[in-house]
Amino acid sequence: MNTVFCLAGIVIKELYRRKDFYVLFVVTALITLLMGSVNFFHEEKIVRYIKDICLLLIWVSSLVIAIATTARQIPAERESRTIFPLLAKPVSRGQLIAGKFVGCWLASGIALLVFYLFFAIVVGAKEGHLPVGQYVQAFWMQWSMLAIIISLVLLGSVVFTAPSSNVTISFAAALSILILGGHLHRLAALQPHLLGMLLSALYFLIPHLEWFYAVRERLIFDQGLLAWGDVTLATAYAAAYVGLSLCATWLLFRRKILTM
Amino acid sequence: MSVEATEVTSQPTVRAVAGPAVIRIQDLVVEYPPRGFRQASTLAVRGLSLDVAQGEVFGFLGPNGAGKTSTMQVLLGFQPPTRGAASIFGVDVRDPIARQRIGYLPELTYYYKFLTAEELLRFYGRLFGIPKTELGKRIDAVLKLVELEPARKRLIKTYSKGMQQRIGLAQALINDPDLLVLDEPTSGLDPLGRMKVREIIQRLKLEGKTVLFSSHELGEVETVCDRIAIINQGELKILGRVADLVRQHQMDLERIFLRIIGYQPQPPA
Repeated sequence: MNTVFCLAGIVIKELYRRKDFYVLFVVTALITLLMGSVNFFHEEKIVRYIKDICLLLIWVSSLVIAIATTARQIPAERESRTIFPLLAKPVSRGQLIAGKFVGCWLASGIALLVFYLFFAIVVGAKEGHLPVGQYVQAFWMQWSMLAIIISLVLLGSVVFTAPSSNVTISFAAALSILILGGHLHRLAALQPHLLGMLLSALYFLIPHLEWFYAVRERLIFDQGLLAWGDVTLATAYAAAYVGLSLCATWLLFRRKILTM
Repeated sequence: MSVEATEVTSQPTVRAVAGPAVIRIQDLVVEYPPRGFRQASTLAVRGLSLDVAQGEVFGFLGPNGAGKTSTMQVLLGFQPPTRGAASIFGVDVRDPIARQRIGYLPELTYYYKFLTAEELLRFYGRLFGIPKTELGKRIDAVLKLVELEPARKRLIKTYSKGMQQRIGLAQALINDPDLLVLDEPTSGLDPLGRMKVREIIQRLKLEGKTVLFSSHELGEVETVCDRIAIINQGELKILGRVADLVRQHQMDLERIFLRIIGYQPQPPA
């Protein structure tokens, strides 16, 4: 376990030594503050509007950070050849994958926490109250969703060897699943038998990220807390999906030839 | 360690060594699958067998594409053998624990450029499970050895090529290894750097450590190695003590090497 956390520490260190996170945070903060300072619709209470924009930016930024950080891990290690001195140590490939996953998930979590703190400060200052439970649920659900995405991107990173192609493909896949994934079963019902079956199979195969996305609207419209049982179920679903993805990653990577 | 110089012509066999074998390679075959449609698979190593004894400096030589790198890749766990077996300290090389007592210096410097020298060594040291207090002392010692103490807090991306090579040597020594695998350790180093590496190898030898040394610098190999193996086209061609080979063939190591790989000198035009 020490090896896994040691590898994870390097991922986190890399995130805060690179500029990506700072740039995204500053952009998110500037856009939110700018939009919040202008009253476009002559409404007295524009808090909902600020919440919507800020949360959207947080979702996009956290996705960018999670995918960009994860997608370059193994391909960049192979490209810059840092993987050779690393694997020449008593580190198994399973530990390497686990370490990369934990590191990317923790790094994304730290970035997400910073974004949510900023969000809470901005909204709290406007609204005058802070529904802590709702924020904790929203943070946890989004972080769980990021775990699924990170595990899938890690799986992609042992297939696509170039970091840039992995980032692009991962982004396209994550956004497609997030936006279209929930509608596949309805689309399947309208298709001829074989295509319908294929779409239905795809619907059950892909991760349902939209379940996690729904919490965003509850926060915007102040709809109160989700049932904790539902949060637990969603967490279990995320854990199961992450477990399967990491197993698949390990199976693909464990005997892969790494040529110097 | 009195091993007769042996020219291998037909069936390779495991060469007996006097001390306990640190590295044991038996009938190793490394075959790469075809890279594309209509391409054949590549046989990089063909039934290689050799032992490296404890405490010796062993030179592993061969021209480019001879199968040296493939063999080293198997030893370091970067790829599984197609057939045959390889073990380090009696542990199958596929088991990561086989690398617990190894230090590896790659030919070129491949280290995390966003880390400082101290952070890099701490990271690698933790992977070996070295206790915190001991690790601090080890870091101090290896940085002193490679003369990088003043630059320990600087990011590696700011290092010169020679300094990067030295941090490579420092990371290879962080676990006080019993076996050091050096892949072209002096490439890119100035004469002073080369001398330093040579001194370190000699010091390790005096401490009873084993060194597996791959290099194209045959003069250097002649100076530091106890035994050598020359492979060509994936096959072991010659194995023996450097002094015995030179005496037996009545020529220096470079000429022996060229003869073994079948090089015919061209007359000047």
